[in-house]
Amino acid sequence: MEHIRMPKVENVRLVDRSSSRRIKVGTLYLTATHTIFVGKGSEDRCELWVLHSLVCNVVKHKASQSGYPLLIHCKNFQVMQFIISQESDCHNVYISLSRLSRPEKYEELYCFSFNPNVDKAEREHSWDFLDLKAEYSRMGLPNKLWHVTPINREYRVCDTYPADLFVPQSVTLPVIIGSSKFRSRGRFPTLSYYCKENHATICRSSQPLSGFSARCLEDEQMLQAIMKSNPGSRFMYVVDTRPKLNAMANRAAGKGYENEDNYCNIKFQFIGIENIHVMRNSQQKLIEVSALRSPSMGEFLMGLENSDWLRHIKSIMEAGIFISKAVAEEGVNVLVHCSDGWDRTAQVCSVASVLLDPYYRTLKGLMVLIEKDWVSFGHKFSHRCGHLDGEAKEVSPVIDQFLDCLWQLMEQFPCYFEYNEKFLINIHNHIYSCHYGNFICNSQKERKDLCIKEKTHSIWPHLWENKLDFMNPLFKPDQSQNQGLLRPRTAPYCFKYWRRLYNRFDRELHPRQSELDCLMTVKEETQQLEEDLALCEQKLAVLDKERAKTLYMQKGVLESKQALWSLPLDTSLANTPQDYIGGFIGGAPNLCLFGDKPKSSDADNSDQESGVADFSSHSSGEESLPSEDSVKDPDSDETGPNRA
Amino acid sequence: MEFAELIKTPRVDGVVLHRPFMPTVEGTLCLTGHHLILSSRQDTTEELWLLHANIDSTEKRFVGSLGTIIVKCKDLRVIQLDIPGMEECLNIASSIEALSTLDSVSLMYPFFYRPLFEVIEDGWQSFVPEESFKDLESMTDEWRLSEVNKDFSLCPSYPSLLTVPKDIDDESLCKAASFRHGGRFPVLSYYHKKNAMVMMRAAQPLTGTNGRRCKEDEKLINATLCAGKRGYIIDTRTIAVAQQAKARGGGFEQEANYPQWRRIHKAIERSNVLQDSLIKLVEACNDQSHSMDRWLSKLEASNWQSNVKEILTTACLAAQCIDREGASVLVHGTEGTDSTLQVTSLAQIILDPACRTIRGFEALIEREWLQAGHPFQQRCAQSAYSNGKPRSEAPVFLLFLDCVWQILRQFPCSFQFNENLLIMLFEHAYASQFGTFLGNCVAERGKLQLSQKTVSLWSWVNRPQELERFLNPLYEPNNLVIWPSVAPQSLLLWEGVFLRWNRSTKCLDEAYQEMVHIIEYNKELQNKVNSLRRQLAQLETEDSPLQTP
Repeated sequence: MEHIRMPKVENVRLVDRSSSRRIKVGTLYLTATHTIFVGKGSEDRCELWVLHSLVCNVVKHKASQSGYPLLIHCKNFQVMQFIISQESDCHNVYISLSRLSRPEKYEELYCFSFNPNVDKAEREHSWDFLDLKAEYSRMGLPNKLWHVTPINREYRVCDTYPADLFVPQSVTLPVIIGSSKFRSRGRFPTLSYYCKENHATICRSSQPLSGFSARCLEDEQMLQAIMKSNPGSRFMYVVDTRPKLNAMANRAAGKGYENEDNYCNIKFQFIGIENIHVMRNSQQKLIEVSALRSPSMGEFLMGLENSDWLRHIKSIMEAGIFISKAVAEEGVNVLVHCSDGWDRTAQVCSVASVLLDPYYRTLKGLMVLIEKDWVSFGHKFSHRCGHLDGEAKEVSPVIDQFLDCLWQLMEQFPCYFEYNEKFLINIHNHIYSCHYGNFICNSQKERKDLCIKEKTHSIWPHLWENKLDFMNPLFKPDQSQNQGLLRPRTAPYCFKYWRRLYNRFDRELHPRQSELDCLMTVKEETQQLEEDLALCEQKLAVLDKERAKTLYMQKGVLESKQALWSLPLDTSLANTPQDYIGGFIGGAPNLCLFGDKPKSSDADNSDQESGVADFSSHSSGEESLPSEDSVKDPDSDETGPNRA
Repeated sequence: MEFAELIKTPRVDGVVLHRPFMPTVEGTLCLTGHHLILSSRQDTTEELWLLHANIDSTEKRFVGSLGTIIVKCKDLRVIQLDIPGMEECLNIASSIEALSTLDSVSLMYPFFYRPLFEVIEDGWQSFVPEESFKDLESMTDEWRLSEVNKDFSLCPSYPSLLTVPKDIDDESLCKAASFRHGGRFPVLSYYHKKNAMVMMRAAQPLTGTNGRRCKEDEKLINATLCAGKRGYIIDTRTIAVAQQAKARGGGFEQEANYPQWRRIHKAIERSNVLQDSLIKLVEACNDQSHSMDRWLSKLEASNWQSNVKEILTTACLAAQCIDREGASVLVHGTEGTDSTLQVTSLAQIILDPACRTIRGFEALIEREWLQAGHPFQQRCAQSAYSNGKPRSEAPVFLLFLDCVWQILRQFPCSFQFNENLLIMLFEHAYASQFGTFLGNCVAERGKLQLSQKTVSLWSWVNRPQELERFLNPLYEPNNLVIWPSVAPQSLLLWEGVFLRWNRSTKCLDEAYQEMVHIIEYNKELQNKVNSLRRQLAQLETEDSPLQTP
């Protein structure tokens, strides 16, 4: 609270980014957790709630005639522009928000104050929703080849790894310890995915400390044991996901990569995914492009190209494809690493797993996969997402890229995923929102030390409760192709810009009618009809029995009402033209001729209507039901009209 | 002329056909007057039937005595034929070349094609101007149907019947025609029932460098304005291009002479630029390199998406003037046969729900493209693989279809038809067994006697068996004006046309089938529940008298 210099500013103007003529006047409030804008007046009443933890940066712009503009960029790609009439107010809000959005301690994060109306037992239960032990046993582990080693129970061998780790049965504790000493941060090779059908596995680790010539017998034995754990194969792949040049540079620092001569029967492979700094810059450029106001087609496409974002997505995807094919088609074990083995390695292992195993294409499966490959294996969420004020160089959209890869796959395989893109977008939002405890801290150990499970809530049951919103109506689980390996195409034109994520809050850019929402509504209705049908048949059977012999024809009167998935059209939006003029009349706000006043009627009204829809979509009944924050976000809001 | 003269080798055995994403087929290649046929003579594999008219260009290669012909089609497909024997290969190649570049329209396939189906409704009679005028008459009496162009002497590219303001006599029309490029004086394109505003189209006025004016032309377009109202002239060219046109006798409406009109210039490219854009786009799509940078920069350099954006934006602007500003609009570019028609037809799709039905869309194409004198024959003579110097080829109609597809993507529930209809129209505009897209204007079509000698595309499309393929399962009619987004993020590459032959559509087809299934199953259940409820109601009404004796 001490950071709030200015709890309330009146007469603040909120500028709609799609058209600067749509402006809302209202009051801006700063609370300990949220920035809240409440529009004035009954007609254009709107509420906008933004979590401080979602704020990426706050920028003051040069004063304009109308006041002092303040731009707020959020980690979920929302951008808000406020205009504050007094300079001092603007400055105070700026200072307060800058501080509030950069908490210094974990305890300041929203998840520690977020207190939904559930009891202790329920909260604890929420953390049991996903069980990694069950996941490994789903894979068929432990078995006679792989077992859990107790070696890291106290996080002593590797403090960024989970407590439970799978290693080959044949590996002895000294081998593990020796191998871990030969790997960056002690991240020795351990199992990520096991393929029941052919015993092939994906293992992961960090880079070896090989320098120019160092070798480690235990590490070599470790790899040998992994190779042998797959009875059907005579070699294994070691995939270094870094560009060769980067890996070579690491040798000078005593790190590096495996020398094929020292390890028996390994095939070594570089993949060439860039590091976190390149990815951060790339996304920054992408965000700039997505936020351009009415760009030309050339500006947009050039910007997209210059960002290199899709090139990076393609390289991650290709790495995933390589590994999934090695496992499914060649039946060969793969060890994946990068430098530390928590960024690129996590991306590549999880993409390969999604390609390999249909389970990860289900709602529950994706949750488990993120929990396993990202959360438990120590993807540094706090650093990468910038949860706390700190090293800006640690921030990188590594998990965004994984979600982007998933979306690209969903575009190519519309029937093979149980979830839809709203699920991905929601997960993305919560990774950054610090609303739940799942993505806080950088490792399992840190979370344990911080008592995350005791002090915060888990996101997964919350998403599960809302699963109806996240279902893909086209999902065909029984499809035979869906059982096997997905083989995505990787021609450049197969990779597309994910508008729904990066322009998530620019509603006017999205289709005004959504096929997805339409089909979801039809499916829901179909379910209802199935129930009705069963009920009718039951009733009829009863009546039939009673009156079988005295049936005579009469015209019925009851008619069930017609199917109503119709009009998923957001009328106000559909009826709102954009700025097609390109400012041909000296930037006049309305397309009004010769100084005629624009008619007060429909044109203006519906502009406003859509404005309301716009803003209300960001707001929520936070106070009473805070957990609804993002699930009731624009995406589900957009479905509103369909369900009418 | 006999086709046989051109066919040096009518058949070759042992030819191997390669197509992307399909197994190779070995079989016999036959050339007929209009088709290239490859048949494996096994019942299981389908035969390839390719219209010579569909062939855009060919390339030949030799390795020893094995010749290879690469056939590039106007529908953008590329196939490869391996032909044993150098002489056979050369013969086949030169025959294909000759047969695919026949100059005479009357030798085209539509004149030889006999339908294998019974023509129930003659498409040539499906959309006659008198009918659409009747609709107009039911809404307003401000307009009349003029026969001033009965013999096509006033304006060779206009139809014989034209809708003009009631108060303007034929004599004035003649004068106005002499003031407009190609005699294309302003005529009615669309009447917006909601507010009685209209959209007209014309060609550029012939003001020339000395600012010629024409009272009749001014009177003609002013007649469409209500008292005290003003209108917009949308010139599809930039002001610079319009200025340049003056030197060649063309020009634009001077403010002084048209004080009630506000002129807006847009920048829709001219046809030769569009053709170049198409060639570059298709080249980018066929590029086999796997570099992301190369793809995006080639896509950008083709300017295709920019063209889509500009055309769509202009159409939205026209629609906005009419619906939102309550103003009438006159649209023209230079000739009034290309960009003008793109704009007027797209504006109608945005404004008029009727144009979003299959029937209405066909009527729109008939009215705003065929009757309005878009020179299909010239524009569609070659497609993206033409290697000669372009004459007047241009993908004007394809761009229109692309824009429609963009709107369809953004409003997937507002169209009775699906993407297949648009792709089919693209194919048939470039090569067809039907006569609909032959000729450049109504007058030419009359001379060719197309309606007697060929079958109309509509005769075929409108058969219930065919229509099914084009129906959009998500369609729910609505009466709204639909405003598409023209932001670059919202405009997509039309993969159904441009990547059609470079990808396997198995997964997408499956998704489409699933969507159809979901909706059909819902309807089926709906019917079942309804009928059961009726039965129940019967039983219950039957019960009630018993319970109340």
